[in-house]
Amino acid sequence: MSSAVRRPSEKPLTGMMRNDGEPVGIREYEGKGGYAALRKALGSMTPQEVQDTVKAAALRGRGGAGFSAGLKWSFVPMGNKATHPKFLISNSDEMEPGSFKDRMLMERNPHQLIEGMVITAFAIEADVAYIFLRREYQRCGRIMEAALREAYGMGYLGKNIAGSGFSLEMRVHMSAGRYICGEETALLNALEGKRPIPRAKPPFPQSHGLWGKPTIVNNVETLCNVPHIVNNGPAWFKGLSLSEDGGTKIYGVSGRVKRSGLYELPMGTPMREILEEHAGGMREGYGMRAVIPGGGSTEFVLPELFDTPMDFDSMEKKAKSRLGTGTITVLDDKTCPIGMLHSLEKFFARESCGWCTPCRDGLPWIARILGSMEEGKGRAEDIDILREHTWLLKMRHTYCAFAPGAIEPLHSALEFFKEDFRRHIEEHRCSYRIGQG
Amino acid sequence: MLSDPERKEIEEELRLLTPREAGCLEALKVVQKHRGWVPDEQIADLAEVLGVTPDEVDGIATFYPFIFRKPVGRHIVSVCDSMACWVMGYERVFHALVKRLGVSWGGTTADERFTLLPVSCIGHCDHAPALMVDGDLYGDLTEEGIGEILERYK
Repeated sequence: MSSAVRRPSEKPLTGMMRNDGEPVGIREYEGKGGYAALRKALGSMTPQEVQDTVKAAALRGRGGAGFSAGLKWSFVPMGNKATHPKFLISNSDEMEPGSFKDRMLMERNPHQLIEGMVITAFAIEADVAYIFLRREYQRCGRIMEAALREAYGMGYLGKNIAGSGFSLEMRVHMSAGRYICGEETALLNALEGKRPIPRAKPPFPQSHGLWGKPTIVNNVETLCNVPHIVNNGPAWFKGLSLSEDGGTKIYGVSGRVKRSGLYELPMGTPMREILEEHAGGMREGYGMRAVIPGGGSTEFVLPELFDTPMDFDSMEKKAKSRLGTGTITVLDDKTCPIGMLHSLEKFFARESCGWCTPCRDGLPWIARILGSMEEGKGRAEDIDILREHTWLLKMRHTYCAFAPGAIEPLHSALEFFKEDFRRHIEEHRCSYRIGQG
Repeated sequence: MLSDPERKEIEEELRLLTPREAGCLEALKVVQKHRGWVPDEQIADLAEVLGVTPDEVDGIATFYPFIFRKPVGRHIVSVCDSMACWVMGYERVFHALVKRLGVSWGGTTADERFTLLPVSCIGHCDHAPALMVDGDLYGDLTEEGIGEILERYK
């Protein structure tokens, strides 16, 4: 390994998983040290101590935004000041194009998520927890339901958990599609049985969430880290990382690399190491062109910046992109960047909830222009229209962060792939498609 | 009219939920499970059961791509058309499917066996291109392998 501080054996999130791909059952989980953190937290810590521990561990939200988990929890009204019921929600609506890490975490170690949720619920004194799962994750749903039954059976859920006096009900909500449901306030509307469009913020869900009650929405990977922090302490957790952000990160690579997949590595592992050492570099006959580093709503990154450590701050400051979900999609040199961008913007146009005008009207316009370029009908003035949209749809011009995310890859593509745009327009064709039938 | 089994299952779903309207999606799923889709009449019935207006129920039904407001085939073939699958050649798989089924997006085969729909990133990116038939996931698709997958669904 290239770094002295690297401790490759420490893979808290995936270390317990079975090689056969089957989920870890409750007995096996307990045998490997599972639910010890729950007993420790509920048995010997106060909610405030759990919050402080997680805050000190520098655990940042793994859903993409990277907000400090402990800090988010600290906004929840506590004790006598709080209204009940309070809610905890696992955002298991993984649908960011190119992201496939939460599926693995839930399918292969469901109790890790449940334990993380019970401890988190204890830390914010929540009464009810939901796992908000996307429709397509049906195997996940079966596995989580079975694990919930096991956890109830063993007294890790329900009344008086592990004799602590703390009680929590936990359920799975199976959704029926729509990316916007992963936006935390749209998710709340979905759970309330309303049309799932985002809500205005403030008030924030931490104080006024589900049915107006205090609510925390955390990503699956964020929650899965919690038991390990409680077990081993903040110093250990920070020591796992190569950066200021604590912990490991489940990185992923898809596209034309030799070994696409997921790799649990220290937070802040350089992109080049992930792409070359872990994903094995490009397949024979393909060259590297660029990557989308953290799911569809992140800016393209060119190879000259692959030395960037993949942590929240470095990805913003150095690579001018974002860590996002940490799952990389590779654009190879035989694939059209405008075609890839078109696929992305079509996704965003289709998934827009339609609530606010810039998003509802702007995204289909972007997608149509890109589609016409692919068909050889692009015009020189289209570039200006696309560029204008990167301003029209930016943050604070729209109701939520959906459209600002959607224009991130467009923004960098206009800069990085100028020559491709020019050729599409001047040659009235997509040259990548020649010979592909 | 909702059938007795539908009513029973809907009440079972709503039992855990307060207020009842929180169970709108669950109730729609029950109707769809029994009928394959959700007709107008049942939208009105559900509105009564949930204590909301038919338009509110329809507003939710139409928001979700996998609540069907018109009849579909016995099996849903949902093909991922998002970024990673697109890069890995989803279009070839899609064209092979169109040729084989004789329908395009939103179409149902004449024998009512399959309906073909796009689906947003299904989290199988390391095995792109990928698709689902009903609840079953398939990855590393090739044009040649499509036929064998479809044959499993009658």
